[in-house]
Amino acid sequence: MALAGRTAMWWARLRSACPAAAPLCIPPWLSAGPGACERLYSSRGKEGSDMSMYPVESIRNFSIIAHVDHGKSTLADRLLEITGTIAKTDRNKQVLDKLQVERERGITVKAQSASLFYSHEGVNYLLNLIDTPGHVDFSYEVSRSLSACQGVILVVDANEGIQAQTVANFYLAFEAQLAIIPVINKIDLKNADPERVEKQIEKLFDIPIDECVRISAKQGTNVEKVLQKVIEKIPPPPCNTADPLKALVFDSTFDHYRGVIANIALFGGEIQKGHKIVSAHTKKRYEVNEVGILTPNEQPTHKLYAGQVGYLIAGMKEVTEAQIGDTLFLYKQPVEPLPGFKSAKPMVFAGMYPADQTEYNNLKSALERLTLNDSSVTVHRDSSLALGAGWRLGFLGLLHMEVFNQRLEQEYNMSVILTAPTVPYKAILSSAKLIKEYGKAEITIINPAQFPDKLSVSEYLEPTVLGTIVTPHEYIGKIIALCQDRRAVQKDMLYIDEHRVMLKYLFPLNEIVVDFYDALKSLSSGYASFDYEDAGYQAADLIKMDILLNGNPVEELATIVHNDKAYATGKFLCERLKDAIPRQLFEIAIQAAIGKKIIARETLKAYRKNVVAKCYGGDITRRMKLLKRQAEGKKLMRKIGNVEVPRDAFIRVLKRQTDK
Amino acid sequence: SAPCPQWPYCRKRCSYCNFNKYVVPVVDEASMRACLVREARTLLRLSQVQSITSVFFGGGTPSLASPRTIAAVLEAVAGAAHLPAGAEVTLEANPSSAGTPRLAGFRAAGINRLSIGVQVRGASPVLSPAAPCAPTATVLPPQSLDDAELRLLGRGHTAAEARGSVEAARGLFPGQTSIDLLFGLPGQSLGAWARGLEAALGLCDNHVSLYQLTLERGTALAAQVWGGTLPVPPQDLLADMYQTARAMLVATGFRHYEVSNFAKKGALSTHNLSYWRAEQYIGVGPGAHGRFVPQGEGGHSREARVQTLEPDAWMREVQSRGHGTRRRVVLSPLEQLEEVLALGLRTDEGITHERWRHFSPHLSLEAVFGVPGEAKDLQQQGWLVLDRSGLRCTWEGLALLDSLLPDLLCQLQRR
Repeated sequence: MALAGRTAMWWARLRSACPAAAPLCIPPWLSAGPGACERLYSSRGKEGSDMSMYPVESIRNFSIIAHVDHGKSTLADRLLEITGTIAKTDRNKQVLDKLQVERERGITVKAQSASLFYSHEGVNYLLNLIDTPGHVDFSYEVSRSLSACQGVILVVDANEGIQAQTVANFYLAFEAQLAIIPVINKIDLKNADPERVEKQIEKLFDIPIDECVRISAKQGTNVEKVLQKVIEKIPPPPCNTADPLKALVFDSTFDHYRGVIANIALFGGEIQKGHKIVSAHTKKRYEVNEVGILTPNEQPTHKLYAGQVGYLIAGMKEVTEAQIGDTLFLYKQPVEPLPGFKSAKPMVFAGMYPADQTEYNNLKSALERLTLNDSSVTVHRDSSLALGAGWRLGFLGLLHMEVFNQRLEQEYNMSVILTAPTVPYKAILSSAKLIKEYGKAEITIINPAQFPDKLSVSEYLEPTVLGTIVTPHEYIGKIIALCQDRRAVQKDMLYIDEHRVMLKYLFPLNEIVVDFYDALKSLSSGYASFDYEDAGYQAADLIKMDILLNGNPVEELATIVHNDKAYATGKFLCERLKDAIPRQLFEIAIQAAIGKKIIARETLKAYRKNVVAKCYGGDITRRMKLLKRQAEGKKLMRKIGNVEVPRDAFIRVLKRQTDK
Repeated sequence: SAPCPQWPYCRKRCSYCNFNKYVVPVVDEASMRACLVREARTLLRLSQVQSITSVFFGGGTPSLASPRTIAAVLEAVAGAAHLPAGAEVTLEANPSSAGTPRLAGFRAAGINRLSIGVQVRGASPVLSPAAPCAPTATVLPPQSLDDAELRLLGRGHTAAEARGSVEAARGLFPGQTSIDLLFGLPGQSLGAWARGLEAALGLCDNHVSLYQLTLERGTALAAQVWGGTLPVPPQDLLADMYQTARAMLVATGFRHYEVSNFAKKGALSTHNLSYWRAEQYIGVGPGAHGRFVPQGEGGHSREARVQTLEPDAWMREVQSRGHGTRRRVVLSPLEQLEEVLALGLRTDEGITHERWRHFSPHLSLEAVFGVPGEAKDLQQQGWLVLDRSGLRCTWEGLALLDSLLPDLLCQLQRR
């Protein structure tokens, strides 16, 4: 939030001049007739379009923010259609969601940008839409996207009304001092109640009712009006082409053929092919190979000018070269770098190991590439006796972790072992020896294997978050009980209309990381919504719990738990593990232990019969195939003592109950 | 060598069966017969088998075929190779299609052994060529003698009918009637199973096949169980049922000679033993499987062969090319040994040194499994024995064979 606020200031200097011929011109590639002026045609070289016809006054940079499923991607699809950016067909669904995982899950993970061309009252406008992810895990991406904007469209579902993420997103935009256009979507639905939603918006956000635009993105109703509001209410970016080049790298992707593609917002000057540029962060020099706009695919242009948003390719080959938040300037014309971004703060850590150690280098390069596209993942090298060499990764949340893992599999064909997720705990050391060893008294523990013993610690600390829950009032009782069960402390409770309540709770982070959201959804029949923000650390009575199979610890499942929760967690893990491990020729004791003390136990009985009944001349081939696959599978089993465990068993154990 | 002609038609669809079978009102039996005869001749010529040890008519419900068809196939077999007078010729029969007059007709046609069963496979003759080859006919025995259980299985007969047909079969094929018994029905208790078995023991002849009901995808019974309308029998109960049955059968003088098969007075199924010993067999009819060396066309390697599944397509192929072989795959020496292992360990004799040597002249059983490794561990745990007669499961190990095989395959593959 603070960083987005700073960003608004970056635009603070007003641009003074603009190219004289530009404002009346239609972009040549959209022009139907001879209306476009000569100069534009002449400048439209192989590089494509001339962007100089869009002076700062006719540029608007904006994002759409919304609670998940309130129609952000659908509205984006319609805006792209109306402005002729994409052809109008029935197939335009989640056009900006390019990743397989986004389309499969119906969520946006990775911010995308698109430049739209729109003519309003005789003026041709360049509208840069910067899409934002919808899930709480990805709010870091939202604030990054907002840094390149002067305004937002806040979409609220006419039926569901304001939800937890609506609140969180509103405050992100509000604190960044962006213009906010409230849009009430899905008015075509039978249960739509736009009046009620307008009242909520007025009550909670202090925005007058008459400023809300009622639309149906699905049917296209009133979508033009949204575009007009964008032009009227959002200020043009405050910057100047006459200034020296100052470009913010706000996102980057890695292309296997072209190297690093950096998404940039120009805060001053202009940029074109052949320019020599310097990275303020690395001080390295590059020559620009290509600039262009995103429509939403990359479309080369001759130049990019102050206030515009686009991409740049400049021979950056190493994944570390395009630092997000970096400032680019012209060689020998250094500028004061933009403040950049605070790095994303990982909320969840897990160990990642190649399923097969010979894959270590391949996994390493896949991780490097994927983390360039997702810089919010932190990577530390790690190793384990049981699992070999690997990494400890930090994620923004559990969904983020799942999505990252899914992308590794889908985009890089990597199969990995993930350990139980843990939150970043802290310990205040009391042992002089340990303090000397660490060089400090307060340490952060992101790996349960490094949990220091109680005897050498004066206090353990756990991270907390301030959670916002919006729910129909009939579920309040159950939700309060759930929150208390999660050790949460109520901070606020507010009726946002006659039927809906907003609750604020201070949660220990580890209580919400794994399955809180699913529990909340299931006890409110899907009606309650949830979002959270970082709220610092608090003292906690923590212990390390091990899971043992026939007495041998399972490193993947070692966890740090609150003392009050140890028994329940241990019992739960043992029960789930009993279902996840196949029966074997001997009995298996599954135990949860704290130190030497066993606190929970399940017994997986030995197989007593396992032989196929009928085996004649019929289809022996199929049977042999199955046996050979099992023999092959044996080689891939994780062996803990003599117990064979399928590789995915631990993750299945840790997964939410609803996935059972 | 053992031919296995398949008869792919059934009167109705049983709720648990997913074999290749077709429920059609009218079967063009004359065409089917001509094709079975033609394919049997073609394949026997291809295999260059001199003598037949057994013939087994399986399939959909082969007892629905007319005795004429059976006779015609047997004539064809005898015409193409030597079929000794005592060779085992089994027909699988369904209690409701096996009335005394029909059974007598089958006997006249050359059937000398009947297997009365539950789960009937796709109907085709399988010819077991070998040193001496005898064809086999098996009649279907009652899987159950309980009407409620039979209804659950969707069988078109009652317990009384089943009892009647077993008695009729025993009258016609004394000492040569096998019955199938099925356990692990949804909701069946250990007590009910033991009582049913007791009754069946009073009825049975010298051969019993004991099957745990397997829920096959695509069957009505599986849909009901997986859909939650019928209970899934617990693993431990199934183990108890199996062990109870083993004990009872052995106590009444049966030899437990294969995972699911029991015989007394030496009435082992010659035909099925030839599968488990990985001998050659020739599958005839739609969907039939075979394993033989096609010496007739100069082949030297054992092949896995599958006939076309769909009867009409199969018939067209037989009419145009003399056979309906859809797929033939040469089995590598390793693949052959894997089959020897997976099948041989199902029998009480296991894999003898001699049989192993036949498939693996250069690498003995000892050399593969007598060295430190999985087999040694399994021996120490009491599941497996490797001694002077060969490699085999212990009494306890036999019930767990499918847990032992992946380990043994791993060890074999390393050699």
